[in-house]
Amino acid sequence: MSSIQDNANIVAVSNLVKKFKDFAAVDGISFYVKRGEIFAFLGPNGAGKSTTIKMLTTLLEPSSGKIILNGSDPAKNKDAVRKSFGIVFQDPSLDDDMTALENMQYHAVLYKIPKSTRDRQIEELLRFVELWDRKNHMVKTFSGGMKRRLEVARGLLHHPRVLFLDEPTLGLDPQTRNHIWSYLKDINRKEGMTIFFTTHYMEEAEKVAERIAIIDHGKIIAIGTAAELENQTKTASLEEAFIALTGNVIREETANGADQMRSMLRIWSRRR
Amino acid sequence: MSTIYILWLRQVKKYFRAKSRIIGALGQPLLFLVVFGFGFKPIYQQAGAGDYIQFLAPGIIMMSVLFTAVFSGIDLIWDRQFGFLKETMVAPVSRLEIMLGKTLGGATVAAFQGLIVFVLSILIGFRPENLLMLPLAAIFVFLTAILFTSLGIAIASKIEDMQGFQLIMNFLVMPVFFLSGALFPLQNLPKALAVVTRLDPLTYGVDGIRGIFTRAGQFGLVTDLLVLVAVTAVLVGLGSYLFENVQA
Repeated sequence: MSSIQDNANIVAVSNLVKKFKDFAAVDGISFYVKRGEIFAFLGPNGAGKSTTIKMLTTLLEPSSGKIILNGSDPAKNKDAVRKSFGIVFQDPSLDDDMTALENMQYHAVLYKIPKSTRDRQIEELLRFVELWDRKNHMVKTFSGGMKRRLEVARGLLHHPRVLFLDEPTLGLDPQTRNHIWSYLKDINRKEGMTIFFTTHYMEEAEKVAERIAIIDHGKIIAIGTAAELENQTKTASLEEAFIALTGNVIREETANGADQMRSMLRIWSRRR
Repeated sequence: MSTIYILWLRQVKKYFRAKSRIIGALGQPLLFLVVFGFGFKPIYQQAGAGDYIQFLAPGIIMMSVLFTAVFSGIDLIWDRQFGFLKETMVAPVSRLEIMLGKTLGGATVAAFQGLIVFVLSILIGFRPENLLMLPLAAIFVFLTAILFTSLGIAIASKIEDMQGFQLIMNFLVMPVFFLSGALFPLQNLPKALAVVTRLDPLTYGVDGIRGIFTRAGQFGLVTDLLVLVAVTAVLVGLGSYLFENVQA
């Protein structure tokens, strides 16, 4: 494995640990992602994927270990790191009560995109994800697929060097999934932007990722190309390799506050 | 600065778009003004204390500022639960700017709600003596609004979800309102009540605009203003400190 300071790597992680009380959600992982690579981070529910992404994106402080993202340490130089990445979260993170355009403008201002190029960039991206015609519609009127496309466009607005996608295609139909991946691969090719994503769709990882890491119980248990993982486990597909590596046990995840609130909302219909 | 502005703009836009919420939030102050205003008017007059509506209106204006401000701050919980806060928290901007933008946005909205109730109270029969003092009243209203929005943010930074909402309503917001002298004069109260009312920051907001509008203030404008400024500074500081450690 290459050194943590190697500039050819956009992300380098060494011995990263995150403990919640006595439970180690992430238990000493090390890996790197090369610049321009499409990297998949797979694992069963509760394996530590989202916790790792939160640490990489400055939302959570590691208990120990080291991260270098685009040359900076997220624990020390938060703003430099924040400028370098874009993110599409697992849960929706748009403001439903604002229009698509307003959500984009909000992002542009926070990332200090100069006024002179702001409008042009927003238009370009909204056209790219085919939402320009709906720019003045409230996000709450959008379908799941449209919201996802808007989140992708927003994540790309400040030209990040690495884009994190936490289960970006969850719950989307194959058409929308293909659509989103064709944009992303296009940008990856044209701008050399690194893509770091998690997914539960094994065919998706197999199809788009150049390298794949599999994490379980907070530890990385395998890393390599899809073909390497299949060879290693003597299986015929990534799905079989994944099951061979992580076992058949179904993981329980406790509902967090947000899930409870969502179900509460469903009962109380909509607020406001 | 642009960060503070865009956060402020978001709060204000969302407020003006939620027309049904604005109208809904006017129900309570209107009810209080009409029911208490006309209900206690005769007995208040008999006690030789003058027109109760003149006394009550500043209290009800501040009540709506208090409620709107606290809820604008607590709104942060929704932003957190529905994911939008994450979008703000991963941006390369300081937590302080986010907190200040949200505070100023919430305070603007609360002050505007106070303005609507002021107009309503005039329709019901409130007669401010000196309209030239309106800008000074606006300062008191805005300060009070900042104070309670910061308090809302401080609370929202510490609680996980809306489960604690009822608790805050019954053990914080309602007592702050009832103990502020919004409904009754603070003279000749039992000792304990007198002390508690003086510890309530809303007391000075109510007393301030009551002094401005009807010259019936008790502590004097300078005292009111100094107390409000001091408490506001402390709560903005507390809100910023607690918000700094919020995990989206």
